[in-house]
Amino acid sequence: MNLLKRRKLLEFALGALWRRKGRNGALAAVFVLVVSMLFSVLLIVDSLKTEAVNLLLHSPDVVVQRVWAGRHDLVSASYAERIAREPGVASAVPRLWGYYYDAFTESNFTIMHPLETEEPTRQLEGRLPAASDECALGLGVARLRKAALGDELSLIDANAVGQTFKVVGIFREDSQLLTNDLILFTREAVAAFFAFPEGMATDIAVRLHNPVEANALAKKTVRIFPDTRPITLSEMRRTYDAVFNWRSGMLLAALLGAVLAFVVMAWDKATGLSAEEKREIGILKAIGWDTSDILEMKFWEGFSISAFSLFVGFGLSLLHVFHLESFLLGPILRGWSVLFPPLDVTPDPDYLAVAQVAFIVCVPYIAATVIPSWKAAKADPDEAIRG
Amino acid sequence: MHKHLWFIGALLLVASFDLMLAAMTGVKASERQKSMGARASTVRSLGLTDLSLWTEARYTRNPTQTDFFSPFQDLPGGMEHFPAGAIIAVPAHLYPSTETERP
Repeated sequence: MNLLKRRKLLEFALGALWRRKGRNGALAAVFVLVVSMLFSVLLIVDSLKTEAVNLLLHSPDVVVQRVWAGRHDLVSASYAERIAREPGVASAVPRLWGYYYDAFTESNFTIMHPLETEEPTRQLEGRLPAASDECALGLGVARLRKAALGDELSLIDANAVGQTFKVVGIFREDSQLLTNDLILFTREAVAAFFAFPEGMATDIAVRLHNPVEANALAKKTVRIFPDTRPITLSEMRRTYDAVFNWRSGMLLAALLGAVLAFVVMAWDKATGLSAEEKREIGILKAIGWDTSDILEMKFWEGFSISAFSLFVGFGLSLLHVFHLESFLLGPILRGWSVLFPPLDVTPDPDYLAVAQVAFIVCVPYIAATVIPSWKAAKADPDEAIRG
Repeated sequence: MHKHLWFIGALLLVASFDLMLAAMTGVKASERQKSMGARASTVRSLGLTDLSLWTEARYTRNPTQTDFFSPFQDLPGGMEHFPAGAIIAVPAHLYPSTETERP
């Protein structure tokens, strides 16, 4: 009997929604947009964070920079030799790398060399550069400069002299999140290109036998070389944990915008029923409906729109983020970057967070539908019918 | 008319679509996990510390390696102005840390 009554109330609620199909259709469309935007932001942020944290597990355990007058400065390779003698240090490699502004494409590239102490990457078509006039490119650079394997790439070095490099390797598509803007030279070629002073490096990459000792090594390094700033792997990972933190401006703006739009919509419902809706409730009361029945009918109205919109919005966000590479969010995240990789991330949806957002979105909307109806249901039916 | 049946049917249809998408997403996740080893080899081989996301400025390209000076270096009194700077929170190593003594 109860189930039959529920079905009949749901039937009546759906009929009431259908009678105002234009208005309710528009409401559902806005609901879907808000929900899909919220979920899209949530999904891409979680996945990017997870991708970064999982990949950066393999970064150097400590990166030692030299700080001069509060700014990052070049570090002497002799620092690496001293650090390498510390117990627990597997390797301390001076790294030479830097940024290159390409006036031809108005984009920034990162020029670096592979670490000799590590095994070569497995994501390269071709090979790593072996001679000073060879290079390997990230796919973004190759596409931007229209360079294929065997082609030549011209760049202007630190002495404003044009240099030509033969492309011997191009990184594969599945590495773009890591290598999109990279140009690899040999160590000697990087030193010559940026005119590094003899014996100097950008920073020092340190690997430990036991990564747990990173903080201890960092403290020791500062004691030995007070002008250094060691950055541990845990700090690098925490940076990416915080990169898409809810406190970050743009993410907060995107979420706030969506939440505000939703609040306006719910407020519009909560501020009162239309005269037609009040008349409907008055008629129902006059023919014998209980207040509880009216409230349950209104609950089904709110539930129908919110549940349907939630499912549609969630599906759209899954499709948008994990199968269409966030083509709508991408331009927002891209900023002014000329080179920006496709957002082809490893899906890692936090379904608990999705459920929490769903709850936060649906419950206020249902409440905004039911509460004004309660006031109307308590009113005199005769007054409600007469308006 | 049994509107409630239509509604329940539509809800189930959309829910099935969502489940199918979630399953496809799961398949994609496990496929990408298989290439995690190759991507990890790239990180180790090159000693990478950052994703290649925002190439606007050096502090957005390598947020884990930046200093305080970089975001504000472009002009006297200039505020940090690249859009990606609004997404990136202040890197962890620039916060005072009790773990490592800094100059």
